Amino acid sequence: MNENLASESDNKERDQERYNKNLDNTGQYLSFSLGNEEYGVDILRVQEIRSWEPVSRIPNVPLYEKGVVNLRGSIVPIIDLRERFKLKSADYTLLTVVVVLQTGDSKKIRTMGVVVDSVSDVISVDFDKIQNAPDFGTKISNEFINGLVSVNERMVMLLDVDKLLKLDDLDQSEFNQ
Amino acid sequence: MSIDMSQFHQVFFEECFEGLEAMESGLLNLDMGDIDSEVINTIFRGAHSIKGGSGTFGFNMVADFTHVMETLLDEMRDGRRKVTQNAINVLLGSVDCLREMLTSIQNEQAVDEHAVALHKAALEQELNGGNSAVLIADIPTITETEAKPTIHNSDKPEDSPKEAEVGWKIAFCPYLDLLKTGNDPVRMFRELAELGELTALISIQDVPSIFELDPEECNLSWDIKVTGEIPESEIREIFNWVEGDCELDIQAIAQKPAKPVSVAPKASQPLPIEDTVEEFKEPDPAIPEPSSPVPDISILAAPLELPKAFDKPEEVPVSRTRDAIKLPNVESEIKNTVAASTSIRVDTAKIDALINMVGEVVITQSMLGLVGENFTMDKLDQLKKGLAQLERHTRDLQQSVMNVRMLPISFVFSRFPRLVHDISSKLGKKIELKLVGENTEIDKSVVELINDPLVHLIRNSLDHGIEMPANRLAAGKHETGIIELKAYHRGGHIVIEIIDDGNGMDKKKLIGKAVEKGLIDESAVLTDKQAFELIFLPGFSTAEKLTDISGRGVGMDVVRRNIEALGGNIEISSELGKGTTIAIHLPLTLAILDGQSVAVGDETYIVPLVSIIESINITEKMLNKVAGKGETFRLRNHYIPIIRMHKVFNVKPKNTSKTAEGVIVVVEGQGVLCGLFVDDLLGQQQVVIKSLEANYRRVEGVSGATILGDGSVALILDVPGLVRFSSR
Repeated sequence: MNENLASESDNKERDQERYNKNLDNTGQYLSFSLGNEEYGVDILRVQEIRSWEPVSRIPNVPLYEKGVVNLRGSIVPIIDLRERFKLKSADYTLLTVVVVLQTGDSKKIRTMGVVVDSVSDVISVDFDKIQNAPDFGTKISNEFINGLVSVNERMVMLLDVDKLLKLDDLDQSEFNQ
Repeated sequence: MSIDMSQFHQVFFEECFEGLEAMESGLLNLDMGDIDSEVINTIFRGAHSIKGGSGTFGFNMVADFTHVMETLLDEMRDGRRKVTQNAINVLLGSVDCLREMLTSIQNEQAVDEHAVALHKAALEQELNGGNSAVLIADIPTITETEAKPTIHNSDKPEDSPKEAEVGWKIAFCPYLDLLKTGNDPVRMFRELAELGELTALISIQDVPSIFELDPEECNLSWDIKVTGEIPESEIREIFNWVEGDCELDIQAIAQKPAKPVSVAPKASQPLPIEDTVEEFKEPDPAIPEPSSPVPDISILAAPLELPKAFDKPEEVPVSRTRDAIKLPNVESEIKNTVAASTSIRVDTAKIDALINMVGEVVITQSMLGLVGENFTMDKLDQLKKGLAQLERHTRDLQQSVMNVRMLPISFVFSRFPRLVHDISSKLGKKIELKLVGENTEIDKSVVELINDPLVHLIRNSLDHGIEMPANRLAAGKHETGIIELKAYHRGGHIVIEIIDDGNGMDKKKLIGKAVEKGLIDESAVLTDKQAFELIFLPGFSTAEKLTDISGRGVGMDVVRRNIEALGGNIEISSELGKGTTIAIHLPLTLAILDGQSVAVGDETYIVPLVSIIESINITEKMLNKVAGKGETFRLRNHYIPIIRMHKVFNVKPKNTSKTAEGVIVVVEGQGVLCGLFVDDLLGQQQVVIKSLEANYRRVEGVSGATILGDGSVALILDVPGLVRFSSR
């Protein structure tokens, strides 16, 4: 009993230590793949990882907004990242997963799911080693990319979740007329 | 043992605000000619419970203040005082002031003592017949009628010994600006009167002629005698507040009472008594013949007589202080409601119903448990019966819970008579506000959010809609403009209409202004409706000049945004010279809906049952084409446009989309009939409305989403939006 308690507090200390260390200069990222490319999102933004399930389509929205699903009582939109990034679209298989992400400020948190081919790993990234995303000119938009980092000689693109999940709002002015 | 009172504060404040609202509406309802004693009683009760409560909780400032109001009201109630417009205005001002005080206390901020003092002074002035000079005269009357003084009542000696001539002699000679600092001699005298028998003598020799009189200045001085065994500290305490604003001399009286005395001219050193007595006995010849006799002042040694004309100018500060404070109050009133409490007052009947329902559900559940324990097929009937019962009870329970959240819209409407009263008098317009359907119930969250937009719209109507009385007469209308605020249920929505019989909106002017501001193109041709919609554009205002009420061109766009955020919409219709009607459609509740599920291709949509008129199968023969494109069909002599859901929502149709193979659901959206062409009707069910916007965004033609029995998501159609959307 006592031992258990002791080890528990040890664990806590270790967690705290790790947390402090994170505050210093490293962050953990969840990496996933889209085709041959590897992307990473801040792990603190990840709510859960689910397998793909059919969505209810929303009419008259961009194609990459696949639709909405019922996530334990709340309606959560699902975005296909391949289509968002204008990659070649792939069929949904048993391995296709939905990463449920959180975005927004403290006032309002939105939950959204992104469809990716598969999740790979949790990687620790030293903030100092993050490179700025190079400017590809107008051909390839890098607006969602926070930076690049090299993990095991593979390039991982770190995504800015807030920008990624910022959906273009309906054109209100058009609507009002 | 001490009890932590703070736990009751919230309830106290809520009760106070309720009381204030009752007082306010009572005051506004007081009809000058015919005073209804029940109305005064209501107002009085409001004041009385606030006084009592604040005393209990130790908010002495509030208790003090309310006490003065109560005294005034008490006299009105007993018919000893006539109800004048002025008195009502003062009381209304005090209600505002009280509300502010309470809000400050609630938010643990400092109370604006200056404003409080001003209002109190105004009240007291009113209390004393609008004439500060007869202040003292009234004191005995007041003390007699008081139920119990709120302050110092514990200090009050029981029956001051009258025969023993011990006490204090006070020469009180305030500086000119005593009143401006918010101090009020009457108040002090009243406190003195509570300590012992009070005799006061007034000196009016410094009162200037009527033309030079500044009503905000205190031109009087007093010589006061209080008899009774009173410690000096108590006397000092009363004068504590005015120490810097007067000449004060407090002396103990020996056995023999001094002759009645009057004190010297103000702003000079107090003179020896003998010198001034003589002067006082011969009133200044400049003062006109006295007219207002002083009522039963037995204790006043010298006759106190005052010029008649004195009455009038004394009313000035009353109205002036009120004016200065009025507008900010209206603003703060609105702010207060924004920070509305998160608690809710519920009729106990509703709670009882709820408990009843829960009981039923529990009984049904245990019955089902029994059936399920050793289930055999012969119990199937019982099981079905039980399930049916459960369904019914769940539905009832749901309804009861929803009922708890429903409030009559009068919670919002009740504030407007005051708003209209204040603003119309400020604008010099004559306006009558009619409230219709105040008991229409609406979800609490909607109630809280609808207030600001409504205030804005009503202000607009007051300012821009209703014309000045002269213009109205010239236009052949009645001098008094009418604003009607109407609420009713229609098709699962609550509709709030603001109808004024004012000038209406000038389409040409609107368009001209929009072109001038570069909001639309000069060549644009707009329908009436489109032209009226222009006012919702940011930065649009046709007001010739700005007023502090409206006209800055911010607002209508915000109003619209707020209402749309609630899932509602706003419509304007107007006729030049006749008036404007603004209709706001809001969802009744934000939670549950009776729906008809329909199939469109492989998808399922929910149509709110309330907007469905009927569903029919039609044949090709009934179809007509308009200009080769728009489809209509004939339904009992009406041509109704068809909206093909496949097209609108880009769904692959299941069938060949031949009209004969589908179903037309005839729906009504904002008074327009429309036929929705769908593949099939699936069934009716109650659905829980889930917000699409919480995680996603608004989608045109869709008002929300719900979760079906199989866990999948179905979209709920927004019929008016769909009609609008498809007509583009």
